[in-house]
Amino acid sequence: MTISRRRGVLLGATALAVALAATACSSSASSGGSGKTSSGSSQAATVTDADLQAALTAGGNLTVWAWEPTLKKVVADFQTKYPNVHVNLVNAGTGNDEYKALQNAVQAGKGVPDVAHIEYYALPQFELTKSVANLDEFGAAALNGTFTPGPWSSVQAAGGVYGLPMDSGPMALFYNQTVFTKFGITTPPATWDEYIADAKKIHTADPSVYMTNDTGDAGFTTSMIWQAGGKPYSVSGTTLGVNFAGDAGTQKFATAWQQLLDGHDLAPISSWSDAWYQGMASGKIASLTIGAWMPASLESGVKSGSGQWRVAPMPQWTAGGKVTSENGGSSLAVMKASTNQKLAYAFLKYATVDEGAQTRVDNGAFPATVKQLNSPDFLNKTDAYFGDQKINQVLAQSAAEVAPGWSYLPFQVYANSVFNDTAGKAYIGSSSLADGLKAWQDASIKYAKDQGFTVK
Amino acid sequence: MRRGRPRNSTPPLRAKARRAPHLRRKSLTLTVLCAVMVVYTLLPLAWLAINATKSQQNLFDSFGLWFKGFGFFSNIGDTFSYQHDIFGRWLLNTLMYVVVGAGGATLLATLAGYGLAKFDFAGKKAVFAVVIGAVAVPATALAVPTFLMFSKMGLTDTPWAIIIPSLISPFGLYLMWTFSSEAVPAEIMESARMDGAGEFRTFFSVSLPLLAPGIVTVLLFNVVTTWNNYFLPLIMLKNQNWYPLTLGLSTWNDQAHTAGGEVVFNLVITGSLITIIPLIAAFLLLQRYWQSGLSAGSVKG
Repeated sequence: MTISRRRGVLLGATALAVALAATACSSSASSGGSGKTSSGSSQAATVTDADLQAALTAGGNLTVWAWEPTLKKVVADFQTKYPNVHVNLVNAGTGNDEYKALQNAVQAGKGVPDVAHIEYYALPQFELTKSVANLDEFGAAALNGTFTPGPWSSVQAAGGVYGLPMDSGPMALFYNQTVFTKFGITTPPATWDEYIADAKKIHTADPSVYMTNDTGDAGFTTSMIWQAGGKPYSVSGTTLGVNFAGDAGTQKFATAWQQLLDGHDLAPISSWSDAWYQGMASGKIASLTIGAWMPASLESGVKSGSGQWRVAPMPQWTAGGKVTSENGGSSLAVMKASTNQKLAYAFLKYATVDEGAQTRVDNGAFPATVKQLNSPDFLNKTDAYFGDQKINQVLAQSAAEVAPGWSYLPFQVYANSVFNDTAGKAYIGSSSLADGLKAWQDASIKYAKDQGFTVK
Repeated sequence: MRRGRPRNSTPPLRAKARRAPHLRRKSLTLTVLCAVMVVYTLLPLAWLAINATKSQQNLFDSFGLWFKGFGFFSNIGDTFSYQHDIFGRWLLNTLMYVVVGAGGATLLATLAGYGLAKFDFAGKKAVFAVVIGAVAVPATALAVPTFLMFSKMGLTDTPWAIIIPSLISPFGLYLMWTFSSEAVPAEIMESARMDGAGEFRTFFSVSLPLLAPGIVTVLLFNVVTTWNNYFLPLIMLKNQNWYPLTLGLSTWNDQAHTAGGEVVFNLVITGSLITIIPLIAAFLLLQRYWQSGLSAGSVKG
């Protein structure tokens, strides 16, 4: 199964290559097109709110590809409110599986959904291949300020807004207080130095217990580099740079994490596996530095940890610092091939800004909207799973402290798929993390050149 | 004569008794090696069976190869009732894909293999070269081009997208070709023709019984391939109502990889156990035939 999936990614990448070649042609034909980047935003809106309302009243069919669990309720409410609209909510796979299916459908020119659920790290790929619609036309630029800065910058690219943020993942430290107490750790580590010291302390005291698990996770690595102030990716149209080797933030992370790798202080368990849930349930994995969407997964997957877990701010690189980053999070995008883009955008707005946003928060999602994030109900909610801690205060604080200016590659889905073949070697001890990241850089650059990008 | 033992069971018993000491002496290491392999092969199955009896919570709390609590029947009930009884639908889908797809593929492979082996016609070598070439191409590599083609024909997201590609089995054709050339002597066909049988009569009355072991072998291969087919349905189907078991179980498993998704490892495990039972049954029922079919044609190239 793993093999066929990986092969699938490569085949999908071929589709990207084809589409990219077309893009490169069209962008060179209208050279200077990128010039309208900033000015274009406000002038482009040609669809008014009245138009959207008319589309909702007129109704029609919408196909939505999404795997996000709370959307079921949102769709049901939406159809009750607008009885003429029929939404066909399809789970076309999770993450990579869905992106592959989307690429196939776009390439075939048939069976493309109206709306697709796309994670932030994958969105640039669909922007670049012009598979998703520029939402400026529908007035999306006016939503500036509706969303928290991290997610809002994640859906923007040169030329406009390409999706509406659905959820976000500002990072925090989730830890099992019972385990921490058992090993004499009374306050959660505030800096990465303390974190490393605590990790060694725990693992030395009981070699079967680990501070956290990591077998090489591209998403986690980039989030850590992001927090450390790194900017290894620079992207401008079809020109891009990948530079881990010479990036200060990357080196900060690599040096710190190498200490844990050298001491074998990281549980050799992959995230989201059954062993991972089991490790947390049995107290062998004491903490996770992960996105704010984690509580729902803990409550569903690690029921026995109820009452034991707590949330603390993400450890900092400098004592007293207040910088975080995002891990995961996803958007809803309107596909360019949709024949009913107005209605599709109206649904997007309902699900991410209007009533849907609240419905989703009520069902356990972490909001990307300022309104929901700052509402007293949300902030003061206590959670028995977390010992009645007001965890949303910590998580909302993190959302406000996300370091600005991060960008992903336009082929991040592919890049992440080769992470384990390159940087992943550091996790099995056959190279250093710094060398591994350099190998990841080389593999990404090679791919970029093969796809026709200009690498600077 | 009257020893109270059925007469026809005596010779094999005696034969076994006579050969046994000889066997034991000869292959002690081999026996041990076999035992190790048996344990190695059956361990995952045992794990699956044991863990199908556990609740989601007990899966995490207990040792993987021993029992804790007994929730087998409630797991089975939950598996079939979860998400509006969709598991039963997936089971029926898989059965349909196997009966129509693998059955059809076996029929086509038999007809074509027999035809290639026993008749001379123009372009035979070319056909053969194409078949051999097709064996070398992994089905996964063809999946995306097939998707694009089927999409143009409007067949994606329908059961046809799974059935039609399943009907093509170059390996089965190749096997039937080899098998036909060995198992059906030209002389028998000649004499059938002498007696006035047409080609179809010859095929169905004379050749088909001789081909049975080969057909069963090809059928088993096709059944397993179709039953386990994952990648093709993954890219062809979006509507969960047409999913086969493999894809359905994988979506349940994926829920654990999703923020806020419901973690149902106990249902995935129970569902997997239910999924492999028909395959095991097929092997046990057909093994007599396919053993002889598998070795046929392997002696003489």
